[in-house]
Amino acid sequence: MSVTVRIPTPLRNLTGEQATVDVEGSTVAEIVKSLDAVHPGIGERVLAEDGQVRRFVNVFVDDEDIRFQQGLDTPVREGATVSIIPAVAGG
Amino acid sequence: MGYVRGLHCRECGRETAIAPVHVCEFCFGPLEVSYDYDAMRGNVTRASIEAGPRSIWRYADLLPVLPGSDLTQRVDLGAGYSPLVPAPRLGAALGLDDLWLKNDTLNPTFSFKDRVVSVALTAAKALGFTTAACASTGNLAHSVAAHAAHAGMDSYVFIPADLEQAKVLSTAVYGPNLVAVKGNYDDVNRLCAEVAGEYGWAFVNVNVRPYYAEGSKTIGFEIAEQLGWTLPDHVVAPMASGSMLVKIDKAFTELIKVGLVEESPVRVSGAQATGCSPIATALKDGSGFVRPVKPDTIAKSLAIGNPADGYYAIDAVRRTGGWMEDVSDPEIVDAIQLLARTEGIFAETAGGVTVATLQKLVAQGHVKRHERTVAVISGLGLKTLDVIADRVGPTYTINAGLQDFQSALDVQAEEHKENQS
Repeated sequence: MSVTVRIPTPLRNLTGEQATVDVEGSTVAEIVKSLDAVHPGIGERVLAEDGQVRRFVNVFVDDEDIRFQQGLDTPVREGATVSIIPAVAGG
Repeated sequence: MGYVRGLHCRECGRETAIAPVHVCEFCFGPLEVSYDYDAMRGNVTRASIEAGPRSIWRYADLLPVLPGSDLTQRVDLGAGYSPLVPAPRLGAALGLDDLWLKNDTLNPTFSFKDRVVSVALTAAKALGFTTAACASTGNLAHSVAAHAAHAGMDSYVFIPADLEQAKVLSTAVYGPNLVAVKGNYDDVNRLCAEVAGEYGWAFVNVNVRPYYAEGSKTIGFEIAEQLGWTLPDHVVAPMASGSMLVKIDKAFTELIKVGLVEESPVRVSGAQATGCSPIATALKDGSGFVRPVKPDTIAKSLAIGNPADGYYAIDAVRRTGGWMEDVSDPEIVDAIQLLARTEGIFAETAGGVTVATLQKLVAQGHVKRHERTVAVISGLGLKTLDVIADRVGPTYTINAGLQDFQSALDVQAEEHKENQS
């Protein structure tokens, strides 16, 4: 299944400055894996040594935080948009 | 002038050059400004600070003044150097003998955000930006719109569409491009994280965040200076992203490092609203894991469900021996009234959160009666008038005759007597 991943600015040096990348996968974990296969290095930026999403990285599937869903096991439908976004401060 | 060395990652420690970047390109950890503290020792003195302006800029040597920037061109509406006042009547009500209030309702746009924005836009100008932007729960919106107007910069301010009307209007008046987004603050923030990647703007809480966040240190610097260059025993601060608490703690550490105060332990404690308490919950349940929440509280200025500095706030509180608590919406309004009635300071909901949490921490024994305690009151009550609208009002409503007034007083005296018997 093909999904569109939105790449944050700090990772675009790994994607040849592409802002979006289309990859295959039916869960977030599979998508991160396919992304890393196409653009090596992204996997270790997004996932920590224990295989979990780094604590300062937010992943959204169709605008919903995967921590409100099933984390890396969150299903991703055909045509969905996945966003990888570093945590930001605010107020 | 100029003790800034660069940026470093707070997670992996890798160093990088000064630029409008906020995350480490290796591990995505947040970036922080590095300073040459050794060079400061002996050059940055109590006297050099005291000779400075009565604003946050008296601490310019300890702020991210970027190479090549002209401090006379700083973006400065006069933020900071707000009063630190003793609060004996509130202290008595809470059971504290030495309570002080850092009254940050007194700022150009009436909240502590003017500190961070003044620093952020000064850095943004030095980095060559001509447009300022932010995602905001209200206070930051006011401050960015005002400081951008003052600096002649364009601004784009993104807010949740359901923000209180007073906060919308008192942002719009400064003439920013005001973008009301249908969603909560975390939705707005996520949008801005993506917008920041597409436009060449200085997003104060995104790509210039490392500089922005440093502005909160001035709360800590001022507390120490206003206590005669000594440190308090305990500071209680409100938490949204958690950044302010972290930076107050950092300020005390820096003052010690540079030799401006004697080393003494300062405990820091954090305050949240129960309807949005991901940081306090992570500390209290012992997990230390900050699980995002969907906010539901009247304390909208603290309603960040996905707090970026939550882990560092927990680290600071654990290291210093402080604690965190959270309080309900009715407790917040009670505390706003208590603060106003005992000390004459009218705080917005975040101030109510801080005072109500302090009350809880005293009752639990986390803040001790004898401790010199400072509570940070971060914003003005006029920003959130709606929460007290059904609580307070005229004592008497009368016709304009002396007799009408006298009989109203007599009725009250009568009622008072009945209540006594």
